[in-house]
Amino acid sequence: MSKHKRKDFSLFDRALAAQAARSAVAKLDPRVLSRNPVMFVTGVVALLTTFIFLRDLVTGAAMTGTVGQIAFWLWVTVLFANFAEAIAEGRGKARADSLRATQAETECRRLTGDPAAHKDFELVSSQRLRKDDVVLVEAGQLIPADGEVIEGVASVDESAITGESAPVIRESGGDRSAVTGGTRLVSDWLVICVTAEPGKSFLDRMIAMVEGAERQKTPNEIALNILLVGMTIIFVLVVVTLEPFALFSGTSIPVAFLVALLVTLIPTTIGGLLSAIGIAGMDRLVKANVIAKSGRAVEAAGDVDTLLLDKTGTITFGNRMADAFMPLPGVSERELIETALLASFPDETPEGKSIVDLAHKMLGREVDVLRQGIGKFVPFSAQTRLSGADLTDGGEARKGASDAILRYAEAKASPDLTRIVEGIAKSGGTPLVVARDKRILGVIHLKDIIKPGIRERFAELRRLGIRTVMITGDNPLTAAAIAAEAGVDDFLAEATPERKLELIRKEQAEGKLVAMCGDGSNDAPALAQADIGVAMNTGTPAAKEAGNLIDLDSDPTKLIEVVLVGKQLLISRGALTTFSIANDVAKYFAILPALFITAYPGLEALNIMGLASPASAILSAVIFNALVIFALIPLALRGVRYSPATAGELLRRNLLIYGLGGLVVPFAGIKAIDVAVSALGLA
Amino acid sequence: MATDILQFLLYAAILVALAWPLGRYMARVFQGERTLLSPVLVPVERGIYAVAGKSAMQDQHWTRYALSLLVFNLAGWLLLNAILRLQHLLPWNPEGLAPMPPDLAFNTAVSFVTNTNWQAYGGETTLSYFSQMVGLTVQNFVSAATGIAVAVAVIRGFAAHSAKSVGNFWVDITRSILYVLLPLSIIGALVLMWQGVPQTLGAYVPVTTLEGAQQLIAQGPAASQIAIKQLGTNGGGFFNVNSSHPLENPTQLSNLLQLVYILLIPAAFCFLFGHMVKDQRQGIAIFAAMGILFVVGLAVVYGAEIDGNTSYDVLPIDQTAGNMEGKEVRFGTGLSALWAEATTAASNGSVNSMHDSFTPLAGLALLLNIQVGEVIFGGVGAGFYGMLLFVVLTVFLAGLMVGRTPEYLGKKIEAKEVKLAVLAFLSMPVGILVFGAVAAVVPSALAAVQDPGPHGLSEILYAYSSATGNNGSAFAGFGANLPFHTTLQGIAMLLGRYAFIVPMLAIAGALATKTPAPASAGTFPTHGPLFVVLLMVIVLILGGLTFFPALALGPIAEQVAMIAGQTF
Repeated sequence: MSKHKRKDFSLFDRALAAQAARSAVAKLDPRVLSRNPVMFVTGVVALLTTFIFLRDLVTGAAMTGTVGQIAFWLWVTVLFANFAEAIAEGRGKARADSLRATQAETECRRLTGDPAAHKDFELVSSQRLRKDDVVLVEAGQLIPADGEVIEGVASVDESAITGESAPVIRESGGDRSAVTGGTRLVSDWLVICVTAEPGKSFLDRMIAMVEGAERQKTPNEIALNILLVGMTIIFVLVVVTLEPFALFSGTSIPVAFLVALLVTLIPTTIGGLLSAIGIAGMDRLVKANVIAKSGRAVEAAGDVDTLLLDKTGTITFGNRMADAFMPLPGVSERELIETALLASFPDETPEGKSIVDLAHKMLGREVDVLRQGIGKFVPFSAQTRLSGADLTDGGEARKGASDAILRYAEAKASPDLTRIVEGIAKSGGTPLVVARDKRILGVIHLKDIIKPGIRERFAELRRLGIRTVMITGDNPLTAAAIAAEAGVDDFLAEATPERKLELIRKEQAEGKLVAMCGDGSNDAPALAQADIGVAMNTGTPAAKEAGNLIDLDSDPTKLIEVVLVGKQLLISRGALTTFSIANDVAKYFAILPALFITAYPGLEALNIMGLASPASAILSAVIFNALVIFALIPLALRGVRYSPATAGELLRRNLLIYGLGGLVVPFAGIKAIDVAVSALGLA
Repeated sequence: MATDILQFLLYAAILVALAWPLGRYMARVFQGERTLLSPVLVPVERGIYAVAGKSAMQDQHWTRYALSLLVFNLAGWLLLNAILRLQHLLPWNPEGLAPMPPDLAFNTAVSFVTNTNWQAYGGETTLSYFSQMVGLTVQNFVSAATGIAVAVAVIRGFAAHSAKSVGNFWVDITRSILYVLLPLSIIGALVLMWQGVPQTLGAYVPVTTLEGAQQLIAQGPAASQIAIKQLGTNGGGFFNVNSSHPLENPTQLSNLLQLVYILLIPAAFCFLFGHMVKDQRQGIAIFAAMGILFVVGLAVVYGAEIDGNTSYDVLPIDQTAGNMEGKEVRFGTGLSALWAEATTAASNGSVNSMHDSFTPLAGLALLLNIQVGEVIFGGVGAGFYGMLLFVVLTVFLAGLMVGRTPEYLGKKIEAKEVKLAVLAFLSMPVGILVFGAVAAVVPSALAAVQDPGPHGLSEILYAYSSATGNNGSAFAGFGANLPFHTTLQGIAMLLGRYAFIVPMLAIAGALATKTPAPASAGTFPTHGPLFVVLLMVIVLILGGLTFFPALALGPIAEQVAMIAGQTF
């Protein structure tokens, strides 16, 4: 649904890969490596095996070649894992660099003295602007920092941030007062109060996020990490105790072989790819033009139970449009249309224009002839609550709400009028009554137009178990009709900020996670209360501060995309964990017979893959273990393929691919490597 | 063979028919609702609380619950230890048996307090009637009640709606004994007495056998102890050879009753769970996973035993009835295999045949039953909360794959729960692998091992699995009464019990505070066949991956050697 405007980097861009390869070696630093317990253990035993290899070289022990190869592949395992992380970071950095280009240092005019006068100013570098500084920006200049417009109206080209080329209006007051550093003023001038300290702007946050510099582990990642550490401890116990059991059985196992068993058993696949998955998830979000203030928010997005969506702009197009003309009995449709047209010609509101459009469709070119009958435009005013035109022939054409027109016509509503008006209201529309010379002719049916495709989107969400709630200021009757047409699960009519907040609290008390988006200052409390608050970039600073995600495109339907990114992140982790654990079964069948064959030749029966020799079996398992990490890097970066489905369907599909696949693939893979290893005479 | 399978089916039918209503009854008991026995027992319960004081009965935070439990069990251990050490000064000792040596008393007291009932001694030659009745039988009740209480507290944690408390330990333990264990034990003891099990304080009886030899027939207050030993998945025999002794298990009917009692409460817990979380499907799913694993295990054990020992094929031994070494002829291969499967699955240490004499493959299945953590029905309460640990791990591993933070019954499984689950899970590998490895190389420990080669390793593995899993049965060849083993096994039993209970209660406490999220189409479904399969696979894979290398050197090596006709 969103426009993926940001360029994507090819999976292994040559420059990125070279950079990542260098960084993979640098990450061997124990201080860096120790952040990943599984890889740290692998690194330690790789070092141990290397020492044994060197010792054996000197003493000339048997199987030195095999030990050396095991040591080599253990290092490769660690390097592959580092490479996965480095390439994910590299992609983030590359994206950050392209963002940073927009953040070039510029000169700007900082106002001194009375800001209202904007006469006195000094030229300063944009890097030196502090919070609460006031700057004057004129057409053609870059906006130097994030801020709020305090004076002026201007059009701003925000394509650097949003990729949208059409300029947008920014003005003081209201909900369109926020401007972003790095965007360019196309017309007029603005006085802007800076709202971010240097280095803390949205762009900076975005850069920090994709670079992984400020990346903190998300709750789920922490939990998974604990499990991986636990499994590593268990397998250390398994391997360490194996030697005493072997001694009891009258045999002894070379340390290098025990090490090989350990490394193939501990969850290196997921352990090596875990951080790459996390970074890539953030990257996907940035690609969708959403800034997350924390990784936690992205992950929580996958858990959302209830989605609160504003009706206007999200579910329907912003404005109501004329859908039908409904004349009263005794009035011809044509008369009604003509009058409606006359009352709407000069009306520049979207509703007015939609009436003209509809009339145009029905009457064709005659419309232009009628246009000449307009005398003076009567604009909408709060007192009369109607609008229209005085005609050249001295007549009056008026349109307005039912009660306003009745007052104008000094008449009581006829039963026919009441029937039509109530019918329209009940169906979710807005009735606009038309009168000519105080004679009521009929009603225009104004209707909310539901965005195409949104209904299907809600059906998808329902399959994911997410309930959608439409928020609208409309009365319950209208709201119910639109809700039914749009296919949302529930609605909140006559919504006020307080009622919105109340609804969120109620849902949360039932244990549900709530997501919403908003832009106005009065949305701030609800945005803060919601578990996922997506603030529109066009929104007020208060709203942006309260939300935990910011959508640079200011597209409310983006919320749905964020949810899917969150889910994909979790699924990728789960799938690779399952795959990693399932792999262990085949590795046992490769390594155990090789270890015990001297003690109990009968255990050759466990060598169901028919691997060539003990040394080759162990080497093949280690090589497979290393290669599988490399092979899965693209999957970790891209995320597991995901299309909305119920939990049951998802589970079945993923278990089949990653669970069963994880059981079967290594049998084939290890056998193939074994064939290659023995053909090359490596063991 | 057809008769055996018919017996298995009959057993399953009786078990389910009794466990279902018992689960419902127990759920009502622990939720403080009215039951059939309320008119009689409520006044008794009130009386007990009146003596104990009202403050003791208030709802407890999990830490307080755990502390009460530990204090109570410590007191029980001190008391039992004292009784065993001082039995020569205490009454009901017609045979004038001497006090137990300190290391054996430590081991035995730990064993009975932890519901293990590992016996490094022979009952009739070591223990006075006082020690058996006041010492052991009391612990048979309270250790079982402790397991039930923990399981109920843990279930409350899963079922609760943002609560601070997991219940009250003293109330739970009182109700376990009063409403569940006592009534069922009384019925069981009466039936056993009717079937010929002695219940007397009289001295051992000297008899002249048919050959004219003099024999002293050991007897005593056996029926009351046997009923609770099976019901509470304790398993500590009154006599050394346990339920293969004709006075401990005289008839087919007594055998059936004991078999049913072994699995009755563990099976009922599944249904109790369904009631307490108000979703029967959840309980049935767990029952199904346990049941299928049980049937698979039984198939392996029975299949291997009926197949017999191929090494005997060259000898003039008739194996048409299967491998009959170490089995009672009156039970045959079928009922012996069923008993062995039920007791190892349920952490019940009683035996009606000698596991040491089983074929290696059958021995492997029995070992795995214990090593996966005694969760295939498992000990009373203990098996169920053990299985809930696997449920937590299953949900966490696979739950991510539906794109949500893993949750079970609407409760999110987060870092804290995973940490505690991993901690609890570690107790089995430490107790079995680490302690077993030490026992396999320390010279002073090796004297206990009867057989060379892989079977010797199986004996060590079985002993430490049995201790850590709080099972209590043994590969009989293992001579456990050495200070090294009595001490190390005592520690293994403590580890397997409390290093599991405390983290489990902590998980319950953490979950209790959470508000359950209502289920939706996006929630990981934990009641369907897919979940059942997944749970079983996780139990087997995690258990299997941990112990497979050691088992390869034990029963697996022995099995392949047996097929090859190799002996050691």
